[in-house]
Order: sequence, then C-alpha cells, then structure tokens
Amino acid sequence: MATSIADQVPIAEGLFTWPSNDPRLIGSRCNNCGTVTFPAQSSCPACSGFDTDNIELERRGTLWTYTLQCFLPNRPPYEGPETPETFKPFAVGYVELPDQTRVQTRIKTEDVEKLHVGMEMELVVEKYIERDGKDVVAYFFQPIDELE
Amino acid sequence: MDVAIIGIGIHPFGRTDGVTGLEQGVDAARKALDDAGLSWQDMQFAYGGTGAAEKPDTMVSKLGLTGLQFINVSNGCATGGSALQSAYMAIKSGMFDLGVAVGFDKHPRGAFTVDPEGSGLGKWYGDIGMALTPQFFGMKIQRYMHEFGITEETLARVAVKNFKNGSMNENAWRREAFSFEDVITSPMVASPLRKYMFCSPAEGGCAMILCRADKAHEYTKNPVYLKAALVKTRNFGSFEVFSQNQALERADSPTVQASKAAFEMAGIGPEDVDVAQLQDTESGAEIMHMSENGFCGDGEQEEWLANGWTEIDGKLPVNTDGGCIANGEPIGASGLRQVYEIALQLRGGAGQRQVPNDPKVGYTHVYGAPGLSGVTILTT
Repeated sequence: MATSIADQVPIAEGLFTWPSNDPRLIGSRCNNCGTVTFPAQSSCPACSGFDTDNIELERRGTLWTYTLQCFLPNRPPYEGPETPETFKPFAVGYVELPDQTRVQTRIKTEDVEKLHVGMEMELVVEKYIERDGKDVVAYFFQPIDELE
Repeated sequence: MDVAIIGIGIHPFGRTDGVTGLEQGVDAARKALDDAGLSWQDMQFAYGGTGAAEKPDTMVSKLGLTGLQFINVSNGCATGGSALQSAYMAIKSGMFDLGVAVGFDKHPRGAFTVDPEGSGLGKWYGDIGMALTPQFFGMKIQRYMHEFGITEETLARVAVKNFKNGSMNENAWRREAFSFEDVITSPMVASPLRKYMFCSPAEGGCAMILCRADKAHEYTKNPVYLKAALVKTRNFGSFEVFSQNQALERADSPTVQASKAAFEMAGIGPEDVDVAQLQDTESGAEIMHMSENGFCGDGEQEEWLANGWTEIDGKLPVNTDGGCIANGEPIGASGLRQVYEIALQLRGGAGQRQVPNDPKVGYTHVYGAPGLSGVTILTT
C-alpha cells in the first residue's frame, strides 16, 4: 500500500515544496539584479546583494547537458539504494528552466540511451530511499514523453 | 623584478608504496637544490602545497630547521600551481631573493571522495549521487560536443597522444602506450568519457628553486624566466564543478580569464608559444582548454587532433610529459610538474620527448575544483 505523502520526508528541507501534490523546486530571486539561484539563498552570487525572495521554479524545462554515472559512487557520501550487484548507470544533468536558471538534477528515465540535449523534461518528486523507517523523497527530472 | 627558475626536481609520479607524500616532497626539494647547486641552508622562504598528505612545513625537520619563512598552501586542484604563484610574488615584491616552491601528495586509490558539506554544499547533494567530479567533466564536454561538433574519436586521440608521451617519460605513472582501439573501447565512466580518457588521483612530488632574475646567472647557465604566474577563480555564470545551478548567460571560464591576464602580463600572445602543458583531467578538458587558453577556436580541435598538431613534432606540442592522463593527479604537485616539464623542454633536456627546434616560450595551465585556474608563461 502506498504511503501517504504526509509520511514521506524530503531529502532536505527547503529544496522543494513538500508535502504537496504539485511540488515545485524552491529557488530565490535577487531583488537587486533579478538573478535566480537554486537552492534558495539569502545572498546573490552575481551582484553580492543580500536582499532575495524565495520563489517556486518552473516545473518544465529542457535538458541542457547530461552524463551517465557509470560506477557506484563511494559511500559516504552516497546513499542511493543500489548494491554493487544491482547498480545500473544513472543520469545526472542540468535542466534549463525558462527565464530562470539551469538546475542540476538526477534524471529519471526508462532508457538512458534516449537522452539527448534539448529534450523536454518535467519535475517529479518521489521516493528515493528509506531512512529510519520512513520514505525519503528527492527531486528528479523525467522526459515528458515518458509521463504522457 | 623578474623571476627565474634556477633549479627543478621531481619525485616520480604514480604509486610509491612505503614512501610518504612528505618524503616525496623532500626528495623533489633535494633534487631541485642539487640542480641549482644550492643547499637548503640558502633558502630564504618556502611555499609548500599539499591536498591530502602531511603538513608541508614539517619537511624542515628533514631538510633543516633554519628559521626560514615557510607557508603551507592548499588551493584545490591548483595547490601546486598556487605554491609556485606565491613564491613568484614573494620574489617579485622585492622581499626575498631566493626560495623554493614545493608540492606533493598521496591520494587514496579510486575516484576522489568529496565531502559535500566541506565544499559548501548540502548533505543531500552527496546523498543523491551528484558529488562526483567525473560527472562535471562528462557534462561539460557533452555540451561542448553538442555545440561545436567535437567527436568521440577526437577525445580518444588526446588520450592516445598523452599515453604515448608518458611512455617516453621515466617519471610518469602510466608508461604504456595505448592504441586508439584500447581507448575508445574502454569502459564508460561518465559519458561520453571512458576509463582511459581520465586521469586518476595519484602520488608524487615536485619542487623548483626561484630567484631574482638578475641573479640567476650566479647559479646556472640556463635559467628559465617566469614571465607570468597567476590564479583566477570563477566568475558568476561560468560552468563549474559542483554548481547546483548555473546562470542562463554563460560567462568566460576562470581559464579564459587567467590566460588573457597572463598573456597581457607577459606581453606576448598564444601564437608565440612553442610548447604547452594544459590541464587534462580527462581528454575533454584538454580539448576545451586548447580553446579556453586561446590556442585555437571552438571546434577547431577536430582538425588539430586529426592532423597531430599537438604531438611533440606538431605546431603546438601539448602535454609532452603525458599530462595528468599519464602522470595521475597528486593535486599538490600537479601544477609544479607542468612547470618542471616546460623548464626541461626550454633547457633542451627532455631527451626522447624533446620538442624540436629549440623551444623558447612555454605555457602551463592547471584547472580544478572548485573552479580555479593557474597559468604560467615561461621563456628562455
């Protein structure tokens, strides 16, 4: 039986709106120069100002670049669920959100071979691992043609 | 005040079991002193760099407790280059006449393990598997290939060249030449980059003795002059390792900034350079750094590599000692190794891998986490 989203904990506070049926990444916008940053921060890396407001980022964007992580990362810091026997290469990339920024993300896909620069992607927040008996959710982007 | 390099020393790179990183640094320092005909007792200052090994200033207990100014340097992958740059400034300022820059390291086997929180990132970043430097290099060259039509074959050619050069270098770690086929069929690590296109963390030590240029001939008949040495960090908008986001508008990389400033400082241009060492964490990095350092336009690397223009007998030999790909990357020593190789080439002492026609101008470029570049320009 699926766990209620109220029982699922985010991998970090403040990365995305949660609990939510329509989660969004949380970034910040500088009130001086308009630069958008992810994750949200209280100072601006572009103009050195420190007047920013948190904003919800776009859910859809395009894949700007990516790579396949082909070996099991060292633990720590990695906490993914794979074992050396079950590990399969996973994709990481940057998704360009219109007029905002490019966010670094794990990519969820049924077929890593089909990934290509420019493909349309959408945010998904879902279970990543279990920790202390609870489901931990993380953000991913997934090709929209797999969602429709 | 101009600055000269009057002595160079290196401890072989790779894996030296039973010898600490510090001992490799001491060995390199002794060799550099011998090369200059000087003693540790003559040194007025030292800058010592390491990322993962013992504190550099503890080497005075082996070399001599003389009371000299000794400053430890730790600056990511540009640690060795930063030690040299600091020594350069110490002499250029007029405060000292004679000193040493030394660097060494001894990294554990396997990929670098990153502590996300120690790098100013959230713990979650490591939890979900993004705190890995190979991913950055894969993503940067993937985008570059998309924009400028670089092919996988060109990536392989860089690695083949560097292994070939390493096979002629008695101090290199990887001394076996690999074929194009070996490289392009090796296992994928971070697509599009394969195992034999990457360097690995390693061990090694390197040292240089520097002095005021007007005194160089008191010590050696073949000084090499440092015409520029500087380090730049990332500007907002450049695409760097461990960027959780990137601005939509790209800015020049720290390499572009460092290269322009160094050429301006030296009063020459890329066309004047006879031999170059460019950061080759992996083959894609060497390709992009050819352009970022001003040696060719974006996309022209296809033609350069296909024609062998960066081979030892080409129009601009690059990574004549095998680069990071054949030497591995002990970050405390890597930038100094590049300068060691250029000094050797300009002195005409590179043996089997000597660049023909008496090279007179050399160039080094180191790049690394968290987004900094160190460039030097050297002349005879």
